[in-house]
Amino acid sequence: MKAARWLGSLAVVGVATLAIGCGTPGESSDSGSSTPATTASRAPDVAAAGDVTLTVWDQEVRGGQAAQIRELNKQFMAKYPNVKIRRVAKSFDDLNTTLKLAVSGPDAPDVVQANQGLGVMGQLVRGRLLRPMDDYARVYDWESRYPSLLLDLNRFEPDGSTFGSGDLYGLSQMGEIVGVFYNKRLVRELPRTLEEFEAQLEEAKRAGEIPIQFGNLDKWPGIHEYETVLGQVADKQEVRDFTFQRDGARFDSAGFTDGAAKIQEWARKGYFTPDFNGVGYDPAWQQFAKGRGRFLIAGTWLVADLARQMGDDVGFMVMPGREAGGEPVALGGESLPFTVTSKSKHPDVAAAYIDFLTDENAARVLTETDNLAAMKLPTPAAAPGLPTDVAEAWRALGEADGLIPYLDYTTPTFSDDLGGALQEMLAGKQSPEQFTTGVQQKVDASKAG
Amino acid sequence: MAPRLTKVVDRSPGEPRRIGYLYLAPAFLLFAVFVLGPLLHSVWLSLFEWDGVTAGRWVGLANYGDVLSDEQLRSSFVHALILIVFYALLPVLIGLLLAGAVARVQVRGFTFFRVVLFLPQVVAMVVVAVMWRMIYDPGNGPLNETLRAIGLGGLAKSWLGDFDVALPAVGLVGTWVWYGLAMVLLTAGVQKIPRSLYDAARVDGAGAIHEFFAVTLPALRGEIAVALTLTTIAALRNFDLIYITTKGGPGDSTSVPAFQVYDRAFLTGKVGSASSIGITLVAIIFVITFCINRFADRGAR
Repeated sequence: MKAARWLGSLAVVGVATLAIGCGTPGESSDSGSSTPATTASRAPDVAAAGDVTLTVWDQEVRGGQAAQIRELNKQFMAKYPNVKIRRVAKSFDDLNTTLKLAVSGPDAPDVVQANQGLGVMGQLVRGRLLRPMDDYARVYDWESRYPSLLLDLNRFEPDGSTFGSGDLYGLSQMGEIVGVFYNKRLVRELPRTLEEFEAQLEEAKRAGEIPIQFGNLDKWPGIHEYETVLGQVADKQEVRDFTFQRDGARFDSAGFTDGAAKIQEWARKGYFTPDFNGVGYDPAWQQFAKGRGRFLIAGTWLVADLARQMGDDVGFMVMPGREAGGEPVALGGESLPFTVTSKSKHPDVAAAYIDFLTDENAARVLTETDNLAAMKLPTPAAAPGLPTDVAEAWRALGEADGLIPYLDYTTPTFSDDLGGALQEMLAGKQSPEQFTTGVQQKVDASKAG
Repeated sequence: MAPRLTKVVDRSPGEPRRIGYLYLAPAFLLFAVFVLGPLLHSVWLSLFEWDGVTAGRWVGLANYGDVLSDEQLRSSFVHALILIVFYALLPVLIGLLLAGAVARVQVRGFTFFRVVLFLPQVVAMVVVAVMWRMIYDPGNGPLNETLRAIGLGGLAKSWLGDFDVALPAVGLVGTWVWYGLAMVLLTAGVQKIPRSLYDAARVDGAGAIHEFFAVTLPALRGEIAVALTLTTIAALRNFDLIYITTKGGPGDSTSVPAFQVYDRAFLTGKVGSASSIGITLVAIIFVITFCINRFADRGAR
C-alpha cells in the first residue's frame, strides 16, 4: 500500500517533469543562420534609415566610462536625429549573467557588449546570436584602426569553439595594460632590466619594506602577477598560441614552467606581501596607495583611484625585460566589444553606431574622459602623471606588438583552474613542473568535455 | 413547518468539505508557478548537456554520474557536510549551553543580551562576509592584531589563505551568524518548561548537569529539531559567504555545491550539470531534514 503510494507520487512527478520540460532546451535558437541576410558593400546611410530605436546593452557604468558613453550617445543622436538610442546600463557581472537570455529572447537588443572568450562570446557565436561584421570592417577600414591582437580578441571561428581567428564580431573602445605601479618615494631609479628589478626587490626586502604589494585571496590576481613575469621569461608568441589553443600549444612547456619557477622564487624569497593568499585584492592596492609597498603589479583600471590617493608619488611602467631597451611585453587587452545581435532589425544603423564609438572623434572623447583609447588614432595629450605614463606604455606596446592576452580565455573554466593552481604553487605546495603539468591536464579535461 | 433555507447536509459541522481545496488554490498556484515548476524544470534540464544557448543534447543520468565521479564536485559536497558542523552543530551546542544556564539562573537584563546575540541574524549575509574578510585580513585584520597584541602572535594566521584553515575559518563565520537563532529558539523553549519539573528534579537531588540532561534536553527536543533543520539547510545551500570571502579558494579548499551550481550555470555554460548538482543538493537536504524531524518525532512519543 505504502509502496504503491510512493510509486504513484513518483509517476506524478515524472509526468509533471515531462509536461513542464516539454522539448529540448534551446532548440528554437538553432534555427537562426550565421550568414547575414545582406552583406554590406558600402557605408550605410543612417540618415536615410527612417525612425530607428537602437537598444544598446552596455556595462560602461563607472566614472570616466559612463561619461564617455553618455557623451558619444548624445553626439550620435544629435548627428542622426532619426535615431533614438535606448541605453540599458548594467554592471559587468549583471551583464554577463543576463546577456544569454536577453539575446536569445524574442525582444533581443540591437547592440550588446559581449565579454571576450569562450564563456560568453563563444556561446553566443555558437548559438548564432551575433552577426559577423567583416563586411562592415572592410567598408569602414577597421583593420587599420587597431593593433592586430585587439581585433583577434574579438574574432571567433563560426562554430564558436576557436577564438582569436575567424570572423570579426565587434570592436572595443578602451585598452588596458597590466603593468607595474611604483611608489616614487621609494623607487629612486627605474629598473631597466628584470635583473635590476629583482635587485630592487631584494633591497626593499632588506630595508623591511614590502617589495610587491599582492593580495591573492580572490584567486584571479595571481594570474596577472604570473603573466607579467611570464611575458619577460617566455616567448610572447608561445603565450598567444596557448591562449588561442593554436597548433597544439601546451602549458607544460619550458616557457610556462620557467615563468612559474621565477614567480615561485619571488614568493619564497618574501618579495610579496606576507600571507598574500589570505589578503584581498582591494586591501592590497589600498595599502600600496597608503605608501606601503614599493611596487604593485596591477591593471590600468586602478589608475584613477591611485592617482587620486597618491598624487605625484605614483608612476606606471611595463615590467622590464631581460635586456635593457628591448621590446616591451605586457599582459593587456581591451574592454568588452560592442557587437550586433543577429536578431537586430537595423544592422546598418548598429554598425554605424559601433563605428562612431571607435572613430577619431571617439578617441578624443575617450582621452578627455581619462580613458585609454584602444585605437591607433591620434589623440590629444593625456593628463600629466599616471595617464601620460599609461598612454606612453600603450603606444610603445602597440609599436612593438607586445601585448599578450589574458590566459583566462583558454577554456571557460580556466580563470578558476589556473587561479587555484597558482595559489597552490605560490604557497609552495606544488613545484613549477607539477603546476604546469596539472594545469595542462585541466585543459585536456576541459577540451574532452 | 419552518421554511427550508438551505439543503440539509448529512455531515457533522467542521468535517472537511471539498470546497476546502478552493481555499488552498491561490497559495498552491503561487507555489506551483514559482517553486514547483522551476524545480521540475531543473529536473528536466539536468538530463541534458546544455550551454544555455544552443540546442541541448539528451544525456540521461550522465550528469548525476558526474556528481559522484568528479573529484572536484565530490569534495565540494564533503566541504558542505563539514560546514554542517560549524553551521548547525556548534550553534545548537552553544544555544543549549546558554539555555541550560538560563534554566538555572535568572539573568538580569536577559532581553538585552538576547537582542545583542541575535544581531548577526539580522545583518545581511553580504555585509557579514565583507566584515569577516576584513577581520581575517592577515596583515591588518583585527583578529591577527589582537593576537599579536596579547602575545599570541604565533597563532596569527592567514585565515582565509591557508589551505587547512580556510574552511574552518569560513565555518566559524557561519557559527557566528547562526548561534543567535539557535539561542533564541532554545531559551524560549526553556522558558515554557514547567518550573515544577525542575523543582521535582532538585528534590530528587539532581545537580546542574543531571538536571540539564534529565529535564532541559528532553523538553527541548522540538526546538532542537527546528534549529537543526534551519541551520543544516543554511549550511548545505551556503553560497554568498563563500562567494564573497574565498571564491572557493585557496585552490578548491572551500568550494561548495551551491558555488559550483553558480559557476556552471552562469559562468561556464554547463546548465545541465548545474541543475543536476542543484537537484542532488535538494535531495540531500530533504533526506537530512527528514531524518532530523523523524528523530525528534520519535523521541516525543
